[in-house]
Amino acid sequence: MGGELALFIIFGALAVAGAVLVIAARNPVYSALGLLLNFCMLGALYILLNAQFLGLVQIIVYAGAVMVLFLFALMLVGERRGGPWRVSAAAAFGVVLALVLLGEVGYVVATQAVGGARGGVTPEMLAKVGNVQALGTVLFTEYLLPFELASVLLLVGILGAVYLARRRLAREG
Amino acid sequence: MVPVSNYLMLSGLLFALGALGVMVRRNVIVLFMCVEMMLNAVNLAFVALSRELQSLDGQVIVLMVMAVAAAEVAVGLALALALYRKKKSTDVDSASLLKF
Repeated sequence: MGGELALFIIFGALAVAGAVLVIAARNPVYSALGLLLNFCMLGALYILLNAQFLGLVQIIVYAGAVMVLFLFALMLVGERRGGPWRVSAAAAFGVVLALVLLGEVGYVVATQAVGGARGGVTPEMLAKVGNVQALGTVLFTEYLLPFELASVLLLVGILGAVYLARRRLAREG
Repeated sequence: MVPVSNYLMLSGLLFALGALGVMVRRNVIVLFMCVEMMLNAVNLAFVALSRELQSLDGQVIVLMVMAVAAAEVAVGLALALALYRKKKSTDVDSASLLKF
């Protein structure tokens, strides 16, 4: 019990530290490293939450693929300075909005309990069947159509990225 | 077991940090990183509530969000490169032609 709470505090604090590094770092490469820390700690939190498959997918997809894409873009652009913070009335308003958002979330979480019917996926059932098999059963029966639509979405994403990133040769000169 | 409210508070904090980053940073690639952070914060809330409600629906939604985020990053970074090619800068304020 105490060990789990300690792990939660360590992972959570490191995730927040990564997030702060993303916002505060002047060099975008440091921002990317902070984001990497954030992703890895969230993966660890998923494993702590008994969602082992998602934890590993988080590491592979985010800390692997998405991070490589970010670093590729940073290196291709080659701009090392991230520019100063935006200092304007709009940015100050944004800070206030973020604080209000945080206060709202804190208020709701502190005052409301999680209601609703409990499903049948108890930790004992997960320990017997396995997280991957249980998730796969739900994904390929109840949520088959959204799963297939996700592949179409990824295809459209590939086409859009290729179209946008190609070099236009003749017209723009 | 760590209570679900702890996870929800952490999720809200990470989301607010991501939103703050979107407001105060100018580099378009850093902006995308902050958007990714917000998506991840929401994913954490989904997974925590999935455990609390003993249902796998939340984890399926997280998988969907990951697919959407991957597509979004591919298209978004291509947009960032197109912006850089056009303006020689990744500052979002350099693309303000349509701004009222």
